[in-house]
Amino acid sequence: MIEVRLQPEPFDAGAELARLDALGGGGVASFTGIVRGDDGLTELMLEHHAQMTLAMMRALAAEALERWDLLGVTLIHRHGSLHPGNPIVFVGTAARHRGAALEACASLIDRLKTQAPFWKRESFADGRSRWVEPRAADDAAAARWLRDER
Amino acid sequence: MEILYFAWVRERIGTNCERIDPPADVQDVSGLIDWLATRSPAHAVAFADKSRLRAAIDQRFVGLEDSIAGAREVAIFPPVTGG
Repeated sequence: MIEVRLQPEPFDAGAELARLDALGGGGVASFTGIVRGDDGLTELMLEHHAQMTLAMMRALAAEALERWDLLGVTLIHRHGSLHPGNPIVFVGTAARHRGAALEACASLIDRLKTQAPFWKRESFADGRSRWVEPRAADDAAAARWLRDER
Repeated sequence: MEILYFAWVRERIGTNCERIDPPADVQDVSGLIDWLATRSPAHAVAFADKSRLRAAIDQRFVGLEDSIAGAREVAIFPPVTGG
């Protein structure tokens, strides 16, 4: 099963997990990213490329299915205006064994951060706003999966 | 050729898209950016620091040194920050 969605609407992580559970594997791993309200953040605006972003998400999901022994991958990323506490991204993997599910899930969120064309603009309670700069730690986390490539 | 801009590149230039016809001596993404920078003061500001820019040709990430030959769409943007 491969399920990739790019949407402004919220998602129901519980329902997504239930679909992965139903695939009959031995384990399901997931990551849900949630907007943090650090420094008085009031809004996170996510911009994306109308065609390329979904295509990159699909390519990342397909690569994960090829690299690990998975029964299913779910990748959901929201765009548009989000607020603290809102879920922003969901990665779910189902596999016969935990190793594949856990590794694929961690790899997918690391690679989404550095390889899917999204740009975030933060707005704060005091009226400031700024574009989020990439973090070296995110690049290092994504590079780890390239280095480990078998 | 269609040029797409995203995030602060889009904001600084003031549009998300423009259709252009670069001269034949513009051969790679870096050269294209240099040429675009001459179109207006806003373009010059957006493209002042090429080390902060990334690009995609026909929806695939490329390096600034890559050729634009045959490109239908070139997207220019800051490093991505998804997840």
